[in-house]
Amino acid sequence: MKVRYFAWMKRTVGVADEDVSPPVEVRTVGDLVFWLRGRSPGHAEALAEGAAFGAAVDKRTATFDVPIEGVREVAFFPPFTGG
Amino acid sequence: MTVRVQEADFDVGAELDKLTHGNKRIGGLAVFVGLVREMHVREGLHRDRIDALTLEHYPGMTEKALEDIEAEANRRWPLEATLIVHRYGRMEAGERIVLVAVGSPHREAAFEACEFLVDWLKTKAPFWKLEETPAGEKWVGAHEGDDAAAARWEKKSQ
Repeated sequence: MKVRYFAWMKRTVGVADEDVSPPVEVRTVGDLVFWLRGRSPGHAEALAEGAAFGAAVDKRTATFDVPIEGVREVAFFPPFTGG
Repeated sequence: MTVRVQEADFDVGAELDKLTHGNKRIGGLAVFVGLVREMHVREGLHRDRIDALTLEHYPGMTEKALEDIEAEANRRWPLEATLIVHRYGRMEAGERIVLVAVGSPHREAAFEACEFLVDWLKTKAPFWKLEETPAGEKWVGAHEGDDAAAARWEKKSQ
């Protein structure tokens, strides 16, 4: 699946997007966050516990309990500041 | 119902003409135009001058989120026409960022739905502002006032 990062999270992680193949026990968005933290210090910092960020699964806002099996794209981003 | 996300500026008059053209049931058209402010008041009394900003968004998700918000407005109020045009990319102070227009037979619904759309798009559509200040670039943090403004409408829906 593709994982995308936006705004300051993109800079902290160091890439805008990446293709990942998490193991089967990574079942939810929350599991994915935990697993991604191990990929690099930038990931660990951007996705740190207590950091203010949200997620989307296949371009719809998603909570961390949403399953990720079969999804194409998961995105992580800071709170929205448009308008 | 129309949602557009674009880099180019828009012509407010032309957009409104197109929105209401041929629909004689519209008695009131409420319009909000968001602009890039030169001065940005931050927490407390500290001020930073904003020369320009770059608005990043999430193509694909942005359109879906705006369409969901627009559909919600149409569910809550009797509307004849709705339009959201939101820009992305680099904009200098004074430039237009967003246009929200709502046409309804009566003004109350038009005013309320327009305010609702602006409040919700600020907190539910995936846009992020990167400001250019004399001190360098800075990602804008979420504004608590925006969350409170959006939350008012959550209560009204109950």
